[in-house]
Amino acid sequence: MFKKSKLRGEFFMQGDIACAEGAVSAGCRFFGGYPITPASEIAERMAYRLPLLNGAFVQFEDEIASMASILGASWTGVKSMTASSGPGISLKAENIGLGMMMEVPCVIVNVQRGGPSTGLPTSWAQADMMQARWGSHGDYGCIALCPKNPQEMFDLTIVAFNYAERYRMPVFVMTDAIVGHMTEKVVVPPVDEIEIIDRRYTDKKPDDYLPYAVGDDLIPDFAKVGDGYRFHSTGLTHDERGYPDMTEHAQLTHAVRIVEKVKKHADDIILLEEKGVEGADVVVVAYGITARTVVPAIEMARKKGIKVGLMRLITAWPFPTKRIRKLAGEIAGFVVPEINLGQMVYEVERCAGGQCKVKSLPHPGGGIHKFETVLSAIEEIAHAK
Amino acid sequence: MQNEICCESPIIAGTAEPETNIQHPMEGLLRMDRMPHIWCSGCGLGSVVTAFVEGLKKAGSDFDKVAVVSGIGCTGRVAGYINLDSFHTTHGRAIPFATGLKMANNDMTTVVISGDGDLFAIGGNHLIHAARRNVDINVICVNNFIYGMTGGQTAPTTPLQARSSTAPYGNYEQPFNLVGLAAAAGASYVARWSAMHVRRLADSIAVAANKKGFCFIEVISPCPTVFARKNMGGTGLDLLKSFGERTVIDHDADPTKIPIGMNDEIVCGNFINEDRPTYWENVQTGIRDAVDKENVYWKNL
Amino acid sequence: MENKRIKISGFGGQGIILSAHIVGQAASIYDGKNASMTQAYGPEARGGACSSQVVISDTEVDYPLVDTSDVLLALSQEGYDKFVGSLRDGGILCYDNDLVGVLQDHSRFDARAIPATRIAEELGKKIVANIVMLGFATRQAGFASYDAMKRTVLERVPPKFRDLNETAFERGYNYGEEVQT
Repeated sequence: MFKKSKLRGEFFMQGDIACAEGAVSAGCRFFGGYPITPASEIAERMAYRLPLLNGAFVQFEDEIASMASILGASWTGVKSMTASSGPGISLKAENIGLGMMMEVPCVIVNVQRGGPSTGLPTSWAQADMMQARWGSHGDYGCIALCPKNPQEMFDLTIVAFNYAERYRMPVFVMTDAIVGHMTEKVVVPPVDEIEIIDRRYTDKKPDDYLPYAVGDDLIPDFAKVGDGYRFHSTGLTHDERGYPDMTEHAQLTHAVRIVEKVKKHADDIILLEEKGVEGADVVVVAYGITARTVVPAIEMARKKGIKVGLMRLITAWPFPTKRIRKLAGEIAGFVVPEINLGQMVYEVERCAGGQCKVKSLPHPGGGIHKFETVLSAIEEIAHAK
Repeated sequence: MQNEICCESPIIAGTAEPETNIQHPMEGLLRMDRMPHIWCSGCGLGSVVTAFVEGLKKAGSDFDKVAVVSGIGCTGRVAGYINLDSFHTTHGRAIPFATGLKMANNDMTTVVISGDGDLFAIGGNHLIHAARRNVDINVICVNNFIYGMTGGQTAPTTPLQARSSTAPYGNYEQPFNLVGLAAAAGASYVARWSAMHVRRLADSIAVAANKKGFCFIEVISPCPTVFARKNMGGTGLDLLKSFGERTVIDHDADPTKIPIGMNDEIVCGNFINEDRPTYWENVQTGIRDAVDKENVYWKNL
Repeated sequence: MENKRIKISGFGGQGIILSAHIVGQAASIYDGKNASMTQAYGPEARGGACSSQVVISDTEVDYPLVDTSDVLLALSQEGYDKFVGSLRDGGILCYDNDLVGVLQDHSRFDARAIPATRIAEELGKKIVANIVMLGFATRQAGFASYDAMKRTVLERVPPKFRDLNETAFERGYNYGEEVQT
């Protein structure tokens, strides 16, 4: 009934819109949302795009419902997404846990603003990084991507869908109000040049299908509703059949597995960008917008003769433990600027394990790190060598 | 509190077929490998499950195209026993979960079966908005006037002055009239029965299965373990009998004017059966014009 | 040109965001440079103080915010008051001299005035004042090419207002020519 409206070419595009376009390109056809600054543009774009593509957009009564809805939608085999900012993610936390427990592929975008509570609605922060990791109760593995510009809002939203489908779990895109509301050139490649990974459907017949049986990769094969599998899925700890099994044994197998499956594939999931890290004395570890705003200070430090590199975390979760641990044995120290009062720096400290210095450069949000602050931190670590 | 003894439903509904080989009449639609269920002896949920299965059979539903979504609580466990695509979700969120499922696959008959606390306390907002949107899902709310699984606390349906674990001196709050709320919010179909009325309930479930729009069915159900014990006493059967005695069937009743008290009459019936455009139909109407002007989609870039 | 930091200020409803979008699109899509546009606004939907900013660079834009600007376009007194102090020494100020009446010391930078809103009213639509200003600033500040700017303006406005906006852009641009010569 509807013509496919495909975008292709170069556009001067806002980050939030690029995120929505990335989702559309990844094959997302259901969006459940609720208005919130600074993420509303994603919902608005999806409201505009999805009906033309035979998809569905629903603006729900609250953030809780929008999160629950994308789980229901994803069970039909339709790629699904929701987007919000910190206050909304707090409300979604309950059903993010359900998504982790049921192992439902979906993407959650957090355009971070200053917090806590209502905080700074129209301004930015990166203070929800630990919320993404631990926001719902209980233990589960987590994947979170951190775009630094509108182009990556497009590209990494596609990667987020690919990871969600591949590892059968909710995946976070952790951006912020600067990148979300920033407009830059975005190149939308032809459809056949975009790598798309779809979830792995079971090849078993309904009578032989066990919804939560896994092989070596620890990822269960998917069956969608309406195909005659008549399966059951629950937020309770369950067995291979998907039936509630509230025993230590089930917790040891299922609850442990949803953590282990991310650990097992961490090397395939982790995306890092390193510039001048080899042979450096100081390594700045940054992500998202901060990985851009610190560059002038890094360049100045280099001009002053300091060997300083930049490690950009494209995936914040899973954390690149092995790489940071190795570097810690080789360098004088890490500088960790982030627009929060110290979150990912704890991970860096954990991995460094006392082998080198780790300097946190916190910022509460609503502004960005001053050039001088970053430069003097780099100099301090370099000189302490 | 959770009696593991498998209860026999006080009323076995369904037409008796001439028996050639002995099989449970609901075999195939129940997950027999999960029996016995966790419900207490005398609980009304067995009857509701029976009525649901019978209703689907009457409706002629394709069982591969029916999804059941439940929330949390005693009734939340229904999804786990029915041999269909079934989901046991978070507390109160069955309706938005089901809405997403339905919107993403319009071929599915999507039924939410959950309790009064789940659907009207923690999930109350979702219910009224789903009714307002006229999403094409069916909601069967099993109302036992109390939180059963957690040990008998006050629910938004607990009658005034009834006792509960959190109302040791009697409930101070006015309860919701569930059918009134659903009707006022815009449901296309509204009915109320009790676990006594299995055949009538099955008929309503069958109507809802083939009806477009938001359908709401309240089922008054006995909770002997906590509600009866804290109040009038007696067994599940005693409660069922009293429901039967208190029932007045009046299809023409105004659903907003028939609250349920502690001992007064319970008005049952099929109160509303109207056709108005569903959410999905409105979406299709809304975008038809826009589709012809395909270039409009550049405007926001 | 390594970096050009442009701040556009006015009140909501004047097309302040759109103006920055046009500058950024012209520079990045048609002039082949890198451009990064960010915006700041109050919670008011209309009428509040509004500003937008674009950084144009030959290389990748690392620092997208405009703390000190090379170019300031001021379309309101409040916008002028708020941002003129952060215009760098030797920078360029373009302002609407009907809307900005109370002036500060302009000796640090190069100030150029245009009655953009009055010109727009003469053209029949006050709403194109921002396009008049863009035409003027294109000539005065040289952050993007004439062709790229005009092409973007025509792309960004509704088809039935193309002629009006084209005229507005050229009037602004030529007003600049007159001032320059």
